[in-house]
Amino acid sequence: MSGTWMTTRAWLLMLPLLAVMVAVIGWPLIDTIGLSFTDAKLVGTSGSFVGVDNYVKMVSSTNFQRTLWTTAQFAVVSVAAEMVIGVLAALLLNQQFRGRTVLRALMILPWALPTVVNATLWRLIYNPEYGALNAALMQLGLMDAYRSWLGEPGTAMIALIVADCWKNFPLVALIALAALQSVPRDIVAASLVDGAGPLNRFRFVTLPYLAGPLMVALVLRTIEAFKVFDIIWVMTRGGPANSTRSLSILVYQEAFSFQRAGSGASLALMITLLVMLLAAAYAGIVRKTAGSAA
Amino acid sequence: MERQSPLFSAFIHVCALLLAAVILAPIAWLFVMSISPAADLAAKPLHWWPQTMDFSRYAMLLSTAENSAGAAFTASLVNSIEVAGMATIAGLALAIPSAWAVSRTPSVSWSLYMVIATYMLPPVALAVPLYMGLAHLGMLNNVIGLALVYLTILAPFTTWLMKSGFDSIPREIEAAAMMDGAGLFATLRIITLPLAAPVMATSALFAFLLAWDEFFYALLFTSDQRAKTLTVAIADLAGGRVSDYGLIAAAGVLAALPPVVIGLFMQRALISGLTSGGVKG
Repeated sequence: MSGTWMTTRAWLLMLPLLAVMVAVIGWPLIDTIGLSFTDAKLVGTSGSFVGVDNYVKMVSSTNFQRTLWTTAQFAVVSVAAEMVIGVLAALLLNQQFRGRTVLRALMILPWALPTVVNATLWRLIYNPEYGALNAALMQLGLMDAYRSWLGEPGTAMIALIVADCWKNFPLVALIALAALQSVPRDIVAASLVDGAGPLNRFRFVTLPYLAGPLMVALVLRTIEAFKVFDIIWVMTRGGPANSTRSLSILVYQEAFSFQRAGSGASLALMITLLVMLLAAAYAGIVRKTAGSAA
Repeated sequence: MERQSPLFSAFIHVCALLLAAVILAPIAWLFVMSISPAADLAAKPLHWWPQTMDFSRYAMLLSTAENSAGAAFTASLVNSIEVAGMATIAGLALAIPSAWAVSRTPSVSWSLYMVIATYMLPPVALAVPLYMGLAHLGMLNNVIGLALVYLTILAPFTTWLMKSGFDSIPREIEAAAMMDGAGLFATLRIITLPLAAPVMATSALFAFLLAWDEFFYALLFTSDQRAKTLTVAIADLAGGRVSDYGLIAAAGVLAALPPVVIGLFMQRALISGLTSGGVKG
């Protein structure tokens, strides 16, 4: 069969998918780029061309700077915690103990719980009057008055991160566990014969097998964390006093609550750019580590 | 294997118990709240187990009596099933031919990477034009419109999964069938697709879960019982003036049930999808 016909056939088979992708992703994205240079409202007038005004205004606004910082805090702390706890849980699940299969099966539960249900559940746990966290801390004598965990700027972000971590560390653990189980036994045995201690074994035997899959998990989780909307919307709507407002929530407010489609679009594109830069940086790191390992 | 000292073994068991408690406690509490009478939930000190179990909230949520809390909930349940079902079927139908094409014709694989790269786009970057487009087509607050939008998330994902599935099916089998005189479509129907069935099932389950979980687009593009999905209905309950926390918990349990069952079942589907490679040797 000739190569040209193979290629033509491939394009024909991909046509439906590509057509749909252009309709629901390509065209909207181009439209968003166009909108970002106008002062368009969500409904009514299509707006007039204002050049890079939206971008300039957005970047120089304290609202944006604060929200960027808040999002970065959420992303860095929750992803770092998920990776550390996930790897520790995987190392545990890789040991021999009774009930290990059951525990491994349970790990799928937080992952399967819909994000909105997870957010609702933790919102109930943190409830200032009837929440389980307040009740537990009081009954254990660790606290002498109920607190409004999601209602105080000092604790709301930490409470959110705990809820996000609880849902997402098991996925990291399952990925890491699969990687751990791909470490050949004879290499472990050889390192034992050579007298390697637990830390050296982890560093030189286990970690090389973990690094690749963990890097993928890290990239995916970081991208997700920078795009975060659902869990924050349900738990705090970005409050109190905007202390948990993420970039996606800021776009929602700008474009849909205040109906400023133009500046909302410019902000959305800046998030996109940020996520792409992160992904590119990760890709660079992966290539570098792969190069130095070879 | 390294011999374990009793101390180390005890340490491992304590850690395992701790991990199990961390995983299970919040889920168990969601269920306990859903069956605790309102008085138990408001009690101080809090009752960690209800004096009498109360399943009435489940009956209330699943009743279809007009204008009840149940009518709104069951409507959103049906909407979620419809939207996730339609989007899953459409996503697979688009993914299968293109994934096969990319798997067998590496020269076009760059187009797949473009499709996968759209994963990086935050939904907010597409939301305004999609909103205007749906409004223009009269498809706001419409399950078909929402399912169409969900393809932005589902189609790249299913194509990627299906492509790696097809990659694991040797082309020699297809070549052999063609040598025996089968045409392309007969080969795909008789040989390739049955071999890819486990991957198709896994992709369908993943796609369904993604759609079931979706909240942002549903929040923006639906406004009442005609199209509101479960996630939006639950967020409404949680953010609204519902004073019975047990009712919110019960709604959460019901919404979590399908994905939790699928998740427990998918562990096997995932492994079988990976191991049933087709040709041996």
